[in-house]
Amino acid sequence: MTDIVSSKRVIPDRLGSKTSRLLASWEVLLFGVAVLIFVFNSFASPYFLNAWNLSDATFNFTEKAMIAFAMALLVIAGEIDLSVAAIIALASTAMGAAAQAGIGTPGLVAIGIGTGLVCGAFNGLLVAGLRLPSIVVTIGTMSLFRGISYIVLGDQAYGKYPESFAFFGQGYVAWVFSFEFVLFIILAAAFGVLLHATNFGRQVYVIGNNEFAARFSGIPVERVKFILFLLTGVMAGVASVCLTSRLGSTRPSIAQGWELEVVTMVVLGGVSILGGAGTIAGVVIAAFVMGLVTFGLGLLNVPGIVMSIFVGLLLIITIAIPIIARRIKEMSR
Amino acid sequence: MKLAKKLALGVAFAFAALTTTMTTAASAADMKIALVVKSLGNGFFEAANKGAQEAAKELGGVQVIYTGPTSTTAEGQIEVINSLIAQGVDAIAISANDPDAVIPALKKATQRGIKVISWDSAVAKEGRIMHLNPSSNDLIGKMCLTLAKNHLEGGKGGFAILSATTTSTNQNTWIGEMKKQLKDFPGLNLVTTVYGDDLADKSYREAQGLLTSQPNVKVIVAPTTVGVLAASQAVKDAGKIGQVYVTGLGLPSEMAGAIKSGATKEFAIWNPIDLGYSATQIAYHLVKGDTDAKPGSAIKAGRMGSIKVGDNGEAAMADPFVYNAKNIDEFSKIF
Repeated sequence: MTDIVSSKRVIPDRLGSKTSRLLASWEVLLFGVAVLIFVFNSFASPYFLNAWNLSDATFNFTEKAMIAFAMALLVIAGEIDLSVAAIIALASTAMGAAAQAGIGTPGLVAIGIGTGLVCGAFNGLLVAGLRLPSIVVTIGTMSLFRGISYIVLGDQAYGKYPESFAFFGQGYVAWVFSFEFVLFIILAAAFGVLLHATNFGRQVYVIGNNEFAARFSGIPVERVKFILFLLTGVMAGVASVCLTSRLGSTRPSIAQGWELEVVTMVVLGGVSILGGAGTIAGVVIAAFVMGLVTFGLGLLNVPGIVMSIFVGLLLIITIAIPIIARRIKEMSR
Repeated sequence: MKLAKKLALGVAFAFAALTTTMTTAASAADMKIALVVKSLGNGFFEAANKGAQEAAKELGGVQVIYTGPTSTTAEGQIEVINSLIAQGVDAIAISANDPDAVIPALKKATQRGIKVISWDSAVAKEGRIMHLNPSSNDLIGKMCLTLAKNHLEGGKGGFAILSATTTSTNQNTWIGEMKKQLKDFPGLNLVTTVYGDDLADKSYREAQGLLTSQPNVKVIVAPTTVGVLAASQAVKDAGKIGQVYVTGLGLPSEMAGAIKSGATKEFAIWNPIDLGYSATQIAYHLVKGDTDAKPGSAIKAGRMGSIKVGDNGEAAMADPFVYNAKNIDEFSKIF
């Protein structure tokens, strides 16, 4: 027998102080990045620090962020919904058809959100009811929902929306604060409370960390998941109302590729793609970071392809920094 | 703590908003004309930019901002338009990904004093002052049919159309014109229309599908540069050169290989350099106030002569130009 090699392990007798833990947190790091980008943009372009321009810039992310809030909860619970952009297309098509038939603004909003609800319920039923993997289900429904839009519309477009409908995507609540931006703030607060201050929110974390244990603790896992898909569908419906109103028209290619941007926002916001961890505040900051980066680079007339490279690098760097920092800390021990 | 962070962010935002509300009044030394394209990295639009730069040099005191989204989406173009409004450009000349969806953003630009015109792919009437067509749509439709006829023995036989997306404004207009004028070409028979979404791989697969499942198709007409190139490749790979021909609208630099291999005898395109040049000229004269571009008026466009604005505020630049083995080498160097 050889000697037993014992490695020295350190178990800290207490966690670091509250401030040091806070400073090392993802949200603070990301907030630092956001401030840096803000300052950089202010110097790089004379047009950046302008109330109306910044207000215009918020439209680049508010709709996607609305979905990202619900998606964050879903990802924390260990699931994902890749059909959100297709739900936008289908909800927009439904609203367009209804508008053509002469239905008024309140009816259109109800139809848009209702379509999102039905789509979400369909996803939820397949994932929670039949226990199918969500990534497979939602890749399928992604083609299904958008496919229906293409069948209905083909190369046509719906464009006859009532004038009052334009408020959701083009209206302002007060001064430079658009309806979309105000809704974004309200939804951020609502989802923050739901995730961080309710039993439901705790259950979402538990399911994401250990679904098996969650079941044994009497958490209705399937019901929670179903509700999360429902919520995501509804938020996609809300985003569809805003986007359709902003564009003033519907084509089946609307919001193409948004599902990946929404997931990027969620991951950049520090939500663990493996589930079990993440905050709404992180997603809010991530939304601002992405909005500020694209708008700032847009002002400098940086080509879109360079912009996507930049967002990709940002994502990799912000994910890598905490891991590298931890490695260095471990090595120096 | 999270609330504090959120508040801090809000305060930063509000502070920035409050301190500088009036910075848009930039010292406008140069006139800024934005050339907004469907997507970057497309040879056609790079060539248009070349023409725009040429016009800028000729006119003097003009800065051309060549920009566009990465993928051909209306949402991407709206983000670009918003940033151009923020920069306070003098004119926007856009080739639109969607004739309707960009209108609210362009209306906002107009409200802030920016002259908006569209070129190549049109914006619906209420979103722009005028639209510059590279050619007239009926001439393009006729040209496509003539090309198909020239590839068929005795001008008789079946052909198929390989288009871009089902929502592409340009392609749908031209296909409509082709269908309308088909009666003037008694030998021609349109078998089917397929869509390659302006993606090289999808267009290639659609062309392959035509080669295998439609034996009546002797000519593939692709009114898009991506489609015509992918279809020529598909014909070459299938070893069907001489049996099935490809023609349509393509870029000389990309199509040179297809002409050499014999998959294509001739194809047509207008000159994108001229198009970018004319769009810039028109935008310049609108900003200067030399013209209002109302239907019936004529706008001076440098070396392109005078361009007449017709009904619906639409103008046609020139006839499409045919490229074949004789002139391909000369033009493939240009664009």
